Amino acid sequence: MGKRVLLIEDEPNIIEAISFILSRDGWTVHIHEDGTTAVDKVRAMPPDMIILDVMLPGRSGFDILRDLRGDDTTKSIPVMMLTARGQDKDRELAMRLGANLFMTKPFSNTEVRDHVRDLIGA
Amino acid sequence: MTTFNALIVIALAYVLLLFAVAFLAERRAARGHANWLHSPLIYTLSLSIYCTAWTFYGAVGYAARSGLEFVTIYLGPTLVMVGWWWILRRLVRIGRAQRITSIADLISSRFGKSTQLGMMVTLISVIAGTPYIALQLQSVTLSFAVFAQAEGVFWQQTDFNRTAIWVTIGLAVFTVIFGTRNLDANERHHGIVMAIAVEAVVKLLALVAVGGFVVWGIAGGVPQMLDRIDATEIQLWEQDSGRWVGLIFLSAAAFLCLPRMFQVMVVENADEQHLHVASWAFPLYLLLMSLFVVPIAVIGLELLPAGSNPDLFVLTVPLDQGQGGLAVLSFLGGLSSATSMVIVATLALATMVSNNIFVPIWLRLQATQQATMSGDVRHVILLSRRISIAAILTFGFLYYRLSGGGTALAAIGLISFTGVVQILPAMIGGIFWRGATGVGAGLGLMTGLLIWMWTLFLPSFGVDAVISQSVMDSGPWGLHWLRPQALFGITGLDPLVHGIMWSMLLNAAMFLCGSLFSFPGPLERLQGAQFVNVFDHSTAAPSWTNASTGAEDLLIMAQRIMGSAEAQAIFEQEAQRQGKVGYLPEVTLEFIERLERELSGSVGAATAHAMVGQLIGGSSVSVEDLIAVADEAAQILEYSNRLEAKSKEQERTARALRDANEKLTALSIQKDAFLSQISHELRTPMTSIRSFSEILREGGTNGEEQGRYAGIIHDEAVRLTRLLDDLLDLAVLENGQVELHEQTGTLADLLDRSIRAAGLHDGVLEIVRQSSDEGILITADLDRLAQVFINLISNARKYCDAKAPQLTIRVGQAKGRHVVDFIDNGSGIAAEHQSLIFEKFSRLSDEAKAGGAGLGLAISREVMHRLGGDIAYLPEASGAAFRVTLPDTTAAAVLAET
Repeated sequence: MGKRVLLIEDEPNIIEAISFILSRDGWTVHIHEDGTTAVDKVRAMPPDMIILDVMLPGRSGFDILRDLRGDDTTKSIPVMMLTARGQDKDRELAMRLGANLFMTKPFSNTEVRDHVRDLIGA
Repeated sequence: MTTFNALIVIALAYVLLLFAVAFLAERRAARGHANWLHSPLIYTLSLSIYCTAWTFYGAVGYAARSGLEFVTIYLGPTLVMVGWWWILRRLVRIGRAQRITSIADLISSRFGKSTQLGMMVTLISVIAGTPYIALQLQSVTLSFAVFAQAEGVFWQQTDFNRTAIWVTIGLAVFTVIFGTRNLDANERHHGIVMAIAVEAVVKLLALVAVGGFVVWGIAGGVPQMLDRIDATEIQLWEQDSGRWVGLIFLSAAAFLCLPRMFQVMVVENADEQHLHVASWAFPLYLLLMSLFVVPIAVIGLELLPAGSNPDLFVLTVPLDQGQGGLAVLSFLGGLSSATSMVIVATLALATMVSNNIFVPIWLRLQATQQATMSGDVRHVILLSRRISIAAILTFGFLYYRLSGGGTALAAIGLISFTGVVQILPAMIGGIFWRGATGVGAGLGLMTGLLIWMWTLFLPSFGVDAVISQSVMDSGPWGLHWLRPQALFGITGLDPLVHGIMWSMLLNAAMFLCGSLFSFPGPLERLQGAQFVNVFDHSTAAPSWTNASTGAEDLLIMAQRIMGSAEAQAIFEQEAQRQGKVGYLPEVTLEFIERLERELSGSVGAATAHAMVGQLIGGSSVSVEDLIAVADEAAQILEYSNRLEAKSKEQERTARALRDANEKLTALSIQKDAFLSQISHELRTPMTSIRSFSEILREGGTNGEEQGRYAGIIHDEAVRLTRLLDDLLDLAVLENGQVELHEQTGTLADLLDRSIRAAGLHDGVLEIVRQSSDEGILITADLDRLAQVFINLISNARKYCDAKAPQLTIRVGQAKGRHVVDFIDNGSGIAAEHQSLIFEKFSRLSDEAKAGGAGLGLAISREVMHRLGGDIAYLPEASGAAFRVTLPDTTAAAVLAET
């Protein structure tokens, strides 16, 4: 079994697209669509890396990242953040909170695939 | 030869005659038959006290010594009477309106009833006036001595003194009897005025008789007289033009400022119209008085032995010529001149001393002794006035004794004038300039008095008497510029002109500066307004007999001070308390006290008291004056209010700026949020489109996948387009650039169209219509209205969570307007979200399910506002319920139909 990627995202079409791309590259993709329970989900079953959307129902991706980085069991899991808001301060905030990567929607599929390969390999 | 004893009998008889005249006049006045006393002629004659013994005897001496310069003493008053009589008119008007009793009272009253100024003016007047009284005593005793000498008796100093004492006592008795008979409100003394009018005639007759005798009896006619005058050196005297100007100014100013002149001119004035007559009659009198001065002087110099006193030519020439009767007449003329002056001057000075020095001190003592002020104050005042008369005459006598009755005294006339004209700046400034203040007046008077004392009065006692020769020559303590007759190093001036110039110049300068740099108190402003604007008001004092008129005027005044509404409230409240209808209460003592307290909050206690007191007391303060001062107070208040308002305004502006800034910040946050939202809404479908199109391009997907992904790309592209449409629509609506196309149609048709367009093909949502009122006609942009309906219907389709979703569309009326309610059977919108649903991007539930960007309700609200209607959420309903209020035009359309 390939390594597990947890995709925390609420937009169904984007979930489908990313799942398709990463599955084809040999990763196991787990989906979580809700912001409020995302941290629990990670703790319960820590993945090899996380793709985290910023605008989630219930809770912002930044808050989830802060919690993940504050918890010993989760703080070393690589996190790639995704956002459609496309603002520089979001990128800064993400990096300061300890994201490993920050990607703006729309993304190129190959870029996502390469970044995931880098982060999991590291 | 008239014997000396006979002369004494004649003099006594004359004095008794004067007593009788005065007594009769008093009695007639007391019985109300005073009309003939109030004639312009009497008034004019009473002014003749200007011509004292100094003028009667001294003018001839003056002419014999200095040529025509004596004319200046007559020219000054003539100028005032002819050219400046309007100053007198103003003084008389003010004097009557303000019940002025003396010139000290005038100055004190003008500058806020200042006790200090009253004392200062009194002091100046007494200092300057006492030598003048002494001068009169001297002239009377000298004239007695002349007769004694004519009998071969040469008087010793004791004889002079004895005579002077008796004359002084006689004058004191007369003045006390007729000057302090009563405390008349207007301080008029009919007896005295009548007596001095008689004396005025006597002295004019005497001088004209002597003059006539000299011209026709001795010279033998006018031409011969003129020849003899030409033969003397009198017209050869070189006249010092500076001295002339100075002396004319001095006599003119003294005419206005002399306490005794003020007494007869202003205080004793019965009718302002008398001034018109006096303005030509008095100069005529002066002309007659001066006509024979030069002839008498010329003849005296010719006939009498060298070394004779020219001051006594009026007496000695007739005596020398054996004209005993004429000499006695002349003697009576001189006696008249002296006594009339002394009587009026003493009376005036005594009034001033009593009112401005004695009474204030007495009142203060009473206050400190905690004694009640119950007793009759009138007795105290009359007594103080009698004592003052005696004191002033005693002073005059003492001055006469101490100065030795010599030549020093003769020179005192003009110096005395200079002293008293120090009052001029304060007086003229006070009655013409509202900006004049008590501080300025005080400074001016003080400065003038000091300079006068230093340059003229003290040196007049003679060398080394008060000021030593070394000080005269080189100044005190070696200060050269302080030499009494060369102040500030200005030398070469006549000492008198020098004194007049410096004292008046610095007096006026200090008065001006003091006034400009000080701020008058409220009472001072009030008095200033009254004095300066004395002609703006009616001659009569306003009467307050009518209580309601008083109330009205009080109200007007109160409104000026406190503001309209506040004053009205107080008056209405009082009227209500008194049980009166309307807003004007009875002016009761209680109310006045209350009003005064209220007013004092605005203008201070003193002013409030003065204003209310004057208004109620029916005293001569006119409403206009009160209003003028009130306006001033109001202006000051307004100014401070404006300042306050300005600072409030600034505060408001600052707050507005802060608010605006906060709003801008909020807006910019909102704008950021909005942009983030748009970005998110746009990028999300674009992400799907890009991602799936890349997947498709890379290949390796089966047919089913290809179809599914192409479908996603298509749907997301549509979603993107719709979003952009909505955004543009909202932008147009919000900017108000939307074009409305009015149509008319029935509500039923519009709803049918909307339901069809909402695309309920799946048949999940059931529409229930309560169509009873659907027949109404609507005139509006129906396409836009349909857009709102469609949005509401499709929202119900998207969000209604009932098992069998149902939307009820009900037409009804609310608050007189037609409304359409859209109510579904779902769980509705949580209360905390209800306020947000009309905001942009306020999508509440799962966005994918919604399939919109959350702009629908925001757009609907904008549309309804543009149409003149409204859309609102109905919280009472069980499900999600929206009420669309139709535009106003609907109602009219319905009426047209029915």
